[in-house]
Amino acid sequence: MTDWSTLGPLAVFFGAIFTNNILLTNYLGMCSFLSISREIKSSMGLGAAVVFVMAMTNALNWPIHYYVLVPLGLTYLGFIVYIIVIAASVQLVEMIVERVSETLYQNLGIFLPLITVNCAVFGAVLFMFIRKYTFLASLAYGVGGGLGWALAIVAMAGLRAKMSRARVPRGLEGAGITLIITGIMALAFMGFSGMIPAA
Amino acid sequence: MADIPAPAPASGAPARPARPRGKAYQAFIDGVGANNPVFMQVLGICSTLAVTNVVSNTVVMCLGLIWATAMSNLSVSILRRWIPARVRMIVETLIIAVWVILVDIVLRAYLPDMSRTLGPYVGLIITNCIVMGRTEAFGLTNPPGLALIDGISAGLGYSYVLLIIAVIRELAGSGSIMGFKVLGQWWTNWSIFVMPAGAFFLLATFIWIVKGVILKEAKK
Repeated sequence: MTDWSTLGPLAVFFGAIFTNNILLTNYLGMCSFLSISREIKSSMGLGAAVVFVMAMTNALNWPIHYYVLVPLGLTYLGFIVYIIVIAASVQLVEMIVERVSETLYQNLGIFLPLITVNCAVFGAVLFMFIRKYTFLASLAYGVGGGLGWALAIVAMAGLRAKMSRARVPRGLEGAGITLIITGIMALAFMGFSGMIPAA
Repeated sequence: MADIPAPAPASGAPARPARPRGKAYQAFIDGVGANNPVFMQVLGICSTLAVTNVVSNTVVMCLGLIWATAMSNLSVSILRRWIPARVRMIVETLIIAVWVILVDIVLRAYLPDMSRTLGPYVGLIITNCIVMGRTEAFGLTNPPGLALIDGISAGLGYSYVLLIIAVIRELAGSGSIMGFKVLGQWWTNWSIFVMPAGAFFLLATFIWIVKGVILKEAKK
């Protein structure tokens, strides 16, 4: 087993983007990835929202876990607490986006509240506790994980935009071809592995 | 995909003479076949695709998922008259979280090694889109008996797809099934199947085949 806890924040940050991309190596956040990656613009919006939410939830959940749940012996309630924190952060982001950009709000539509159940956000929280990251590393993991996810979805949206003119076998249209491209992207990202020692 | 044998789960259906087992049966068939969450809606592959490199992990995950889907669908359905529409998402999530915490505790107590291998993925059942999707689309509007059946069938429909993927991945990737060596020394492991990319390719192929069959049937 790799000892994740000794990695510095910077290594964790770049590791989360490239070597341990939360989407391409941990399969998290696939649902919104598959359905939103049709347009570059909305995928960028969603990516930005995920970066923000992930950083925020990691930063909030870390102290809650170590200063409230652990001393009180309530770690078994962890899942519920993390989810509530995530839901609250998403609500906040939703309100901000609604104020700042009406078009973005309409584009993201139903998917913004769905970040609450975006596996990537929740997964990042669980991973940071399992790998026993320090607070700074957790924050770096949140930002990096979000950026990695955003990178993957924006790249996919770009590829799909080009691909819309190509002829795809009918059975593969939509999800099928997207998954195959995701697989190729995962292969490409594997080229990064080994760049960070122990990660 | 009507070739999956489906025992009519009439006993679980609500006792309503006007609607005999037809509806329950339909709910069951829908989840396993025509409306299968994995290849028709491509939902909820996040948490479970990750553990399909070994069959035994997949079995445990799938059991947990079926349990969580069925129970949360049932509880949401029972509480549906009291859940305010505005906050229903968070209520559903919390209900799901409770059932998943139970899975997590049981795993930790009885299968500690398995719990460690699965790592965060057990907890991630909470955010699995299928569980949420079923409670939202079915549990909120249907009576408890039907909701239970719908949850079980959605879970089963999901599980068999993932089990097929897991069997292929473990067989090709490590030459074994459930940890037992099946293929002999002559077999060269295809390490791509153990890597994440292999899972994506396999799922895509699976969807391709199923969709191809459906498209052909639609043409006839």
